[in-house]
Amino acid sequence: MPVETWLTFVLGIMIIGSVVALELKDILSAIIAIGIVGLGVSVAFLFLQAPDLAIVQFLFEIFAIIILIKAFIKKDYHVETPSRINLYLSGITVIILVVIFIFSIPIFKSLPVFGEPLMTTSQYYLDNGAAETGAANLVSSIILDYRAYDTLGEVTVLFTAILGALTVLRIKSRTKMEKR
Amino acid sequence: MTIYLMCFILFLVGFYGVITKRDLVKIILSLAIMGYSTNLFLIIFAYRTGAHYPILEKGTSVTAMVDPLPQALVLTSIVIELGITALLVALAVRLYGKYKTFDITKIRRLLG
Repeated sequence: MPVETWLTFVLGIMIIGSVVALELKDILSAIIAIGIVGLGVSVAFLFLQAPDLAIVQFLFEIFAIIILIKAFIKKDYHVETPSRINLYLSGITVIILVVIFIFSIPIFKSLPVFGEPLMTTSQYYLDNGAAETGAANLVSSIILDYRAYDTLGEVTVLFTAILGALTVLRIKSRTKMEKR
Repeated sequence: MTIYLMCFILFLVGFYGVITKRDLVKIILSLAIMGYSTNLFLIIFAYRTGAHYPILEKGTSVTAMVDPLPQALVLTSIVIELGITALLVALAVRLYGKYKTFDITKIRRLLG
């Protein structure tokens, strides 16, 4: 089967999984349904010839599920009571999103066809990457040599985010201090 | 074309969740869906028909390889997404400890 068929199949499963994840009331089921979407992205990366990305996405998905379950599973979970106004608002939102979708179809038509990328800068990297950097994996030659400052910025952002998370989790809230 | 549109539908599902849901956990999950669809769209954009992964081996030629540049940039983006998810989860847990609820319509007081 061609790649397009497989991708359509995987994307259909991912759309169903995301809708299920948003509409379920139970929190554990919603997080596991998000796992369907993330692992579907990993499979799609394999079909699109990106093995490095598939491995990283798989690890990311497992870590994300572990973090979400560990953080949210012991909280007593409230059940949303859908009021009538909320139902109306959801209907209006769906209609507006459908209109946005219809009007954005010409934008996607103007993009290059699937299977024929632009390859302007990338052709230089493909031609000279092995000779200039000595790396057999051209993705890592781009990450670690041509665009090394990007990677440095990424590490900075990741460090800042984790530092922020640790800081937010460590400080004691004022109510707890007053109780003492 | 169909694949682009399906990817955009996935993005819109996440956008719908961010707009309409009142639950912090559901909003975090919707943001994760939007991130997945964006990454996937960039990689779909980089695919070349009949090409193989951009790793040099014996007997492979550079003329039949997929675009390596979006792959390198998306690799960065995936890792950043994990950090952002962790930060959002930490903020949500703190808010739960303060207000005992995840409902954003009930989180109203702006005291420290």
